[in-house]
Amino acid sequence: MALDSKIPQGPLEKKWQSRKFELKLVNPANKRKYKVIVVGSGLAGASASATLSELGYNVSCFCFQDSPRRAHSIAAQGGINAAKNYQNDGDSVQRLFYDTIKGGDFRAREANVYRLAEISTAIIDQCVAQGVPFAREYGGTLANRSFGGAQVSRTFYARGQTGQQLLLGAYQALERQISLGKVKMHSRHEMLELVVVDGHAKGIVTRNLVTGKIESHAADAVVLATGGYSNAFYLSTNAVGCNVTAIWRAHRKGAFFANPCYTQIHPTCIPVSGDYQSKLTLMSESLRNDGRIWVPKQKGDKRAPGDIPEAERDYYLERKYPSYGNLAPRDIASRSAKEVCDEGRGVGEHGRGVYLDFADAIKRLGENTIRERYGNLIDMYERITGENPYKVPMRIYPALHYTMGGLWVDYHLMSNLPGLFVLGEANFSDHGANRLGASALMQGLADGYFILPYTIGDYFATHKKPKVSTDHAEFKKTEAEATAKIQKLLSVKGKRTPASFHRELGHLLWEYCGMARTEAGLKTALAKIPVLREEFWKNVNVMGEGEDFNQSLERAGRVADFMEFAELMCLDALERKESCGGHFRSEYQTAEGEAKRDDANFCYAAAWEFKGVGAKPELHKEPLTFESIHLAERNYK
Amino acid sequence: MKLKLRVWRQKNSTDRGRLAEYNVDNISEHMSFLEMLDVVNESLAGQGIEPIAFDSDCREGICGMCSLVINGIPHGPERGTATCQLHMRKFKDGETITIEPWRAKAFPPVKDLTVDRSAFDRIIQAGGFVSVNTGSAPDANATLIGKNIAETVMDAAACIGCGACVAACKNASAMLFVAAKVSHLALLPQGEVEKKARVENMVARMDAEKFGNCTNQSECQAVCPKEISVEFIARMNREYFKASLSPKSEIKGED
Repeated sequence: MALDSKIPQGPLEKKWQSRKFELKLVNPANKRKYKVIVVGSGLAGASASATLSELGYNVSCFCFQDSPRRAHSIAAQGGINAAKNYQNDGDSVQRLFYDTIKGGDFRAREANVYRLAEISTAIIDQCVAQGVPFAREYGGTLANRSFGGAQVSRTFYARGQTGQQLLLGAYQALERQISLGKVKMHSRHEMLELVVVDGHAKGIVTRNLVTGKIESHAADAVVLATGGYSNAFYLSTNAVGCNVTAIWRAHRKGAFFANPCYTQIHPTCIPVSGDYQSKLTLMSESLRNDGRIWVPKQKGDKRAPGDIPEAERDYYLERKYPSYGNLAPRDIASRSAKEVCDEGRGVGEHGRGVYLDFADAIKRLGENTIRERYGNLIDMYERITGENPYKVPMRIYPALHYTMGGLWVDYHLMSNLPGLFVLGEANFSDHGANRLGASALMQGLADGYFILPYTIGDYFATHKKPKVSTDHAEFKKTEAEATAKIQKLLSVKGKRTPASFHRELGHLLWEYCGMARTEAGLKTALAKIPVLREEFWKNVNVMGEGEDFNQSLERAGRVADFMEFAELMCLDALERKESCGGHFRSEYQTAEGEAKRDDANFCYAAAWEFKGVGAKPELHKEPLTFESIHLAERNYK
Repeated sequence: MKLKLRVWRQKNSTDRGRLAEYNVDNISEHMSFLEMLDVVNESLAGQGIEPIAFDSDCREGICGMCSLVINGIPHGPERGTATCQLHMRKFKDGETITIEPWRAKAFPPVKDLTVDRSAFDRIIQAGGFVSVNTGSAPDANATLIGKNIAETVMDAAACIGCGACVAACKNASAMLFVAAKVSHLALLPQGEVEKKARVENMVARMDAEKFGNCTNQSECQAVCPKEISVEFIARMNREYFKASLSPKSEIKGED
């Protein structure tokens, strides 16, 4: 099957403008005849729900949390990029586009990334109009900070709570539409299945997490904005509830899964302290603006950081990448941290950590300025570790943070299943093999506020499909599948909790499909995952009942899907015999240890088609063509 | 660490509920409070006891989903800290810890330590927004906002909507939550146009949801994980008073 990316013809800077004109419209009186289901209420889901409703569509929005305001976008700390060039430092749409595509190691679609950069400025305007309290200068204009992978200051921020403030802006817009009766909100509902009728996405089957009731919902289109799959690794910076279920169930129903091996390890997280740990906490990358990263030059140097003289410290990022220094992109910063720890120069109890030191910045700017910029992050660090970063350097280590892969979508954000749209982290579209800091918020809001509202109308105007109700046989069949899976989970009554299986799967993936991957390791993982999955279905112990608020059952369902998904991720990593961005295959590196791409053979997006659990999925390649930029080896020196 | 837990168990919203006791062992002081409960739940499952239901999601103190009244204090003994960020090093070996849900008429119980806080969403629906559709915004720098105002706004906007303020208040008042949103939007030029209607409608909704009134004891501020100041309640009262003196037509924004 040939994948049609629907990239518009013409020069890069005209593509989105001309496509917007080509798109068919639905007249305002007819919009209310269409119903859209949006799953997920983070930046992408909430902004899409609110905007579609403003346009006149009927929207039903679903989230598994008790309120749409809890979605994990809320935890994004650092900021949001936009090519406003308010700092007069040489920024432009073209530069943001180039930084993003280069940061993604040239594995994203040119046209999508350009559009993202183009829309970025309108996002800031929209958020400010909603009352998002971005940081300001004394004169009242907006403040900016710089971020990894860029040499200009284009990141807008609200202390260390930018994601929270942007999400609350979108949430408030959503709540306004709910109050107008145009969005029906379903909190504490989890999507269990996608319903496909005659090849088109026509609805979903959900479980009411309070009553356990399985319900069908029909619509004219389904939008998935359900985030990423970092929690496949058990420990990640994601919220504990984040899962792959919605997109995985859609994949099982025919939606292609693209580039699942593109996972991002974030360089600045609080190191693991023990086995009981339920998540890892991110310390915003913005800390790298003022913090200097170092380890002792000597192996096994156990002195307190303050006792190690300047000459015996290795500021390894500044040494290796003098022009970007501590602001080198995330994948590079993460791997460098792993390298120095592998050499035995790591710090902290387990030797898996590096220092992030504010001493120089405090000397230069004063403690107050540092507190103003990062106060809440520093307090959070102190609460978790019991150490005071104003006095001793922070210890940080990389952790799973973001997943660039996701369901395959065309330029209209529609998957290969017509009527199924995928937004934000759940799709694969804009970040290539590595996402730059402050770009996730930008993408989520671009998709929801400014792209989907245009493209979904074109789908309705060009596909006049008959309405389908939940009485359709396909709904009944899908409901029965969902119910059967729950019954099966409850009936195993084995010896191990869902969490224990999840932990084991996570260890396995971190070991073999983590920061550095090898052919042998991935093959080992691919042999072990099916065995673990088989044990799961024979030995999992899910307490309680189906028709009840049952968190153990919720967890079990999500772990079951991670068990299937993990195999696809490892397979994709195995088949991509190159290193690019967050996907680092040890066999493919330059003499300096940097990721070595193979543009001749792997300049494509890998879109996988489901063929059954345990059966080998079919690979479809979407070649990436670059018309306006030259593919270069990334160089941050 | 060894601990004795007294945990509120309640099958569902109609069950009466009771405190159950569990003795737990091998708790590390580096665990977060919720990780301690995870460990307890794992061991309960091993004994054939249904795990304790409690809400949490981000586990980094920002989503507002976690709750728990710990030894009588919402979010536990550490100031400015949500339960998920509270660590066991704040407790003593051998201590007895009592864990209860948020208790308020407006937050009906769901199960065990989980309650329904959708009343907060309905208060936001009553006016906690700026009515601006996507696409109609002027350039972001066209509206200048002083740094000090922006900082004060951010202090209010930091609210995570957890409901600890309600749980701490003897009247189960939601004044701090409502005041934080009213202040955030009233202080900004973007929120100026609708500010009178906003405060009236949000307060009316708060009352309709059966939250109680404020009697100025500041318990809410003391337990707020974001340490939001009761000064915002004073500001809301001022906004409410101003609105009450305005003609109705002005409040609704009509000509």
